[in-house]
Amino acid sequence: MKKWLAISTILAGGLMVTTANAADKFKACWVYVGPVGDGGYTYQHDLGRKEVEKELGDKVETKYLENVAEGPDAERAIEHLAREKCQIIFTTSFGFMDATIKVAKKYPKIKFEHATGYKQADNVATYNARFYEGRYVMGQIAAKMSKTGKAGYIVSFPIPEVVMGINSFMRGAQSVNPDFKLSIIWVNSWFDPGKEADAAKVLLGQGADILTQHTDSPAAMKIAEEQGKLAFGQSSDMIAFGPKAQLTSNTDNWGPYYVQEVKAAMDGSWKSHDAWDGMAQGAVVLSPFTNMPDDVKAMAEKSVADIKSGALLPFGGVITKQDGSTVGEAGKSLSDKDLNSMNWYVKGIDDKLPQ
Amino acid sequence: MSELLSIILTIMTAATPLLLAATGELVTERSGVLNLGVEGMMAVGAVSAFAVAFTTGNPYLGIVAAAAAGAALSIVFAILTLGMAANQVATGLALTLLGLGLSALMGEGFVGQPGVKLERIHIPGLSDIPLIGPVVFGQDVLVYFSFILAGATAYVLFRTRLGLTIRAVGDNHTSAHALGFGVNRVRLLCVMFGGACAGLGGGYLSLAYTPLWIENMVAGRGWIALALVVFASWMPWRVVVGAYLFGTVSILGFALQSKQLGIPPQLLNSLPYLVTILALVVISAGRTFNRSNTPACLGQSFVPDR
Repeated sequence: MKKWLAISTILAGGLMVTTANAADKFKACWVYVGPVGDGGYTYQHDLGRKEVEKELGDKVETKYLENVAEGPDAERAIEHLAREKCQIIFTTSFGFMDATIKVAKKYPKIKFEHATGYKQADNVATYNARFYEGRYVMGQIAAKMSKTGKAGYIVSFPIPEVVMGINSFMRGAQSVNPDFKLSIIWVNSWFDPGKEADAAKVLLGQGADILTQHTDSPAAMKIAEEQGKLAFGQSSDMIAFGPKAQLTSNTDNWGPYYVQEVKAAMDGSWKSHDAWDGMAQGAVVLSPFTNMPDDVKAMAEKSVADIKSGALLPFGGVITKQDGSTVGEAGKSLSDKDLNSMNWYVKGIDDKLPQ
Repeated sequence: MSELLSIILTIMTAATPLLLAATGELVTERSGVLNLGVEGMMAVGAVSAFAVAFTTGNPYLGIVAAAAAGAALSIVFAILTLGMAANQVATGLALTLLGLGLSALMGEGFVGQPGVKLERIHIPGLSDIPLIGPVVFGQDVLVYFSFILAGATAYVLFRTRLGLTIRAVGDNHTSAHALGFGVNRVRLLCVMFGGACAGLGGGYLSLAYTPLWIENMVAGRGWIALALVVFASWMPWRVVVGAYLFGTVSILGFALQSKQLGIPPQLLNSLPYLVTILALVVISAGRTFNRSNTPACLGQSFVPDR
């Protein structure tokens, strides 16, 4: 009886693990917040992991834990990988930050890389991509394409990464239509297709005709497609879920970075750092512009080129905050430090930022 | 579409999977079996519905597949808990893990595929009446079925001999056995009924709610359904109230967020849980017979002595 239970539990494998067998290979490991089949954020990280496998072939062994909840569970999962003799561990969600730092202290020989966070240590690097660059262009497209002058924005948690995205989207939109409106719904979850769909339906019901999101599933895209509205994909290309709805998608391209970091860890040149690459380095890629007229497409393409060359700074110049105060100076972008601690909205957003 | 209408329709979509799964679990628990595997059975129902609807292009076959898959998985639970008298809590939890893992495995090839949507019914004339038309006459079949299911469950449990047998088995399996009822046979059927309903709840997610398949798309709804059964004190109509209250408060919370009333969204997002628990505790409070509603043999294995 007990045996049956044990077997079914193992079969169940809430944490499914892939391993290649060999002892002398370099072992690189990943901790994911969602399932690799989420068709979004975690899926993109896993594509990056697969690229490492492909590039470095049998010199490396990779392993991942998926569906790891942020909080106490994360520490256990990361420590599990550390004990499994992983030599570099990528923890891919903001909420893994403290757990990563804690485990890293116990295992000084292992290299850790935490995505989207801000705490570093001798053996903990942080990395992120400048997703806000893509969101600026999406805001511009939204302002051009919207008939109601209002977009709906589905968001997870009020962390700087998310707030920065909202502000950048709004700045892009305001550069085209200064009166553009944004409706924001916080769903307090990174991944709950049902809730994301609920929020999408409510936003469309309230008069938004374009949806964008900072959550991980393609549910909102699917709802936009069903109701004949437009939407932006998130993390990965969601055109399959919205062939008539998707304008473009802000995709994460982690592969080149992962390959570079694993290589550095293998040859001993790895150092703690804070990597923040953008469109210019190919870390943020907007998927093909679809369902829009040529002039809007041309504008978007020009903006992408300008952001890459540095001619267009999404957070450049003097920026007026929601409360009327200003920040920044002409001709310069806000510093990375300012961006990473952003806890204010730009003027024009009718939402109170949850604290 | 007016804002009010879109809100009402969204509430109904949010409540239906909970209502389906909770009603099934209610019958299971009335027969004295606690199956904590609802989340897992919903996941398997969701992926089966998606796979069959996608392959055949027919969402109605998807519905059948969802019920069948949920029932099939519940048989695994029945073999362990009824056949081998294993601990129901542990087996139920294992069933959730098994269901989630299995659904991920089964769904691997279906991630990112366009789903087949279970369309809303359209009755010319009736469905076009403003507001009432789409709400009353323009839902999909599973929404109507969820109400029929709740009504039928209430009728069968409290107005028929079969219902009396189920409740007898759940309240005192030794006496029921002495009277000649096949305790474990009745329980097997109730477990399968619960599994089929959970499967339907999952199927609703992948066919109507968000017509796509992604791992973990059930996202905790199985646990909410389980909680609804307890807070509804094992009464079918209270499950309806609970499911709709939960749906209403969560969707209104979203709608209020963009109205700028200055209520913190974290509070609005936790309201569905608070309000539902509070409301159901209030309806269940003060009446002495509520205590006796809890099936007395809930969670206990029955091994007939020969």
